[in-house]
Amino acid sequence: MLETFNFRVIIEYLPLFWSCFLATLWLSTAGLLGALVIGTLACGMRIGRYKPLAIAASAYIESIRSTPLLVQLFFFYFGLPSLGIRLSEATTGILALALNSGAYMAEIIRAGIQSISYGQVEAAVASGLNYFQRMRHIILPQAIGMTLPPMLGQAIVLVKDSALLSLISLPELTRAGQIMTSERFMPAEGFLTSALFYLLIYYILKGLTHWSQKRLIYMQT
Amino acid sequence: MWSFYIEQLIHSLPFFLKGLWMTIAVSGLSLLAGTVIGFIWGILRASRSRFVKPLIGAWVDVVRGTPFLVQVFIIFFLLPEFGIQLEAFPAAVIALSNLAACFICEIVAAGIQAVPAGQREAATSTGLNGVQQLRYVILPQSMRIILPPLVGQFVLLIKDSSVVSAIGVMDVTRVGWLTVQRVPQGLLVFGLVAVLYFVICYPLIRISNSLEKRMSAGVTQNKM
Repeated sequence: MLETFNFRVIIEYLPLFWSCFLATLWLSTAGLLGALVIGTLACGMRIGRYKPLAIAASAYIESIRSTPLLVQLFFFYFGLPSLGIRLSEATTGILALALNSGAYMAEIIRAGIQSISYGQVEAAVASGLNYFQRMRHIILPQAIGMTLPPMLGQAIVLVKDSALLSLISLPELTRAGQIMTSERFMPAEGFLTSALFYLLIYYILKGLTHWSQKRLIYMQT
Repeated sequence: MWSFYIEQLIHSLPFFLKGLWMTIAVSGLSLLAGTVIGFIWGILRASRSRFVKPLIGAWVDVVRGTPFLVQVFIIFFLLPEFGIQLEAFPAAVIALSNLAACFICEIVAAGIQAVPAGQREAATSTGLNGVQQLRYVILPQSMRIILPPLVGQFVLLIKDSSVVSAIGVMDVTRVGWLTVQRVPQGLLVFGLVAVLYFVICYPLIRISNSLEKRMSAGVTQNKM
């Protein structure tokens, strides 16, 4: 049973967990920014008029969505060195996270853009707005409102996915639990503490999602 | 050099297929258990029960808020402290089933709540009891909303099953990880692993997409 649950060791390891918590935040933020850039690019290519680019973007999105992140991560981690490209673990991890979430982001952005009916654009043209005014006042406010909740959902997935980076021995939250397991053999204390930190991030992001959904309804009415 | 490695990979192909079989077994078993438990939880969650509903909600939140890898580690390392010694395989199936049940529970609850209240009222006034209402009125209608994301959930489950390689389940990811120690060509080895996953997941994604189109076409027709 758990009568041996040791809070003193958790407090002793708290500085490690805190630095690993910050590492998780940093890795996920970097991955998220990368995913936004890649997602926007891939979406632009996919809905663009240039066929080869559209096919390339579709191939990228479909192949990412049909394979597990862990396999993608190992693909880069073990594969890039055999091409002579040496990246640090952190760079490889961020690259895999960004490429993985980028595919999902592309689909979210596409859904957001396609949700705006073409009549709106025509109306904006008819009232004499130029391209940037149309983007600024008509398209973007609606598209951002539509895409923000699913994007925050993807951010939650990304934070959880960053746990896999512990398998290429990056010092982040799950790794802290592993370190505690291997040094003191206290898996219960270690992984439950990691889980608590993840839950903290999850509830913050979930609160943000609810808030943005409320804003969205407000904007639609 | 490449041809040598490719030859080695072809030699270890049976090994990979065995791993693929393990991936299918783990995710298939969890799929069955997760769907059954998920439907039960989802029906309870959509019910008016004041005690069970928030309990399931809180559990779903905890499972959705923590990484699957951490869940696998907790189940694999924590259950022995309660005197339950588990091999890697049952631990993996338990973790995956729980994950699947939580996501399917949300899908089912959303599907049931999307059925208009008038339908339930009509069923009540016809004299159907609770089980009959679910069986003949509510579930058949909500299946239209439940089915497409359910198939999408199966894809997520197969992909998530790669994580259980971390506790030593010999699935196709683990086979790739072991092979890359012998055949130091990560691109080839994990390219092969990725192809094996792709072959299973891509058709399922297509099915989910076409289901979504068909089901939503039906909804718009009914509205008109």
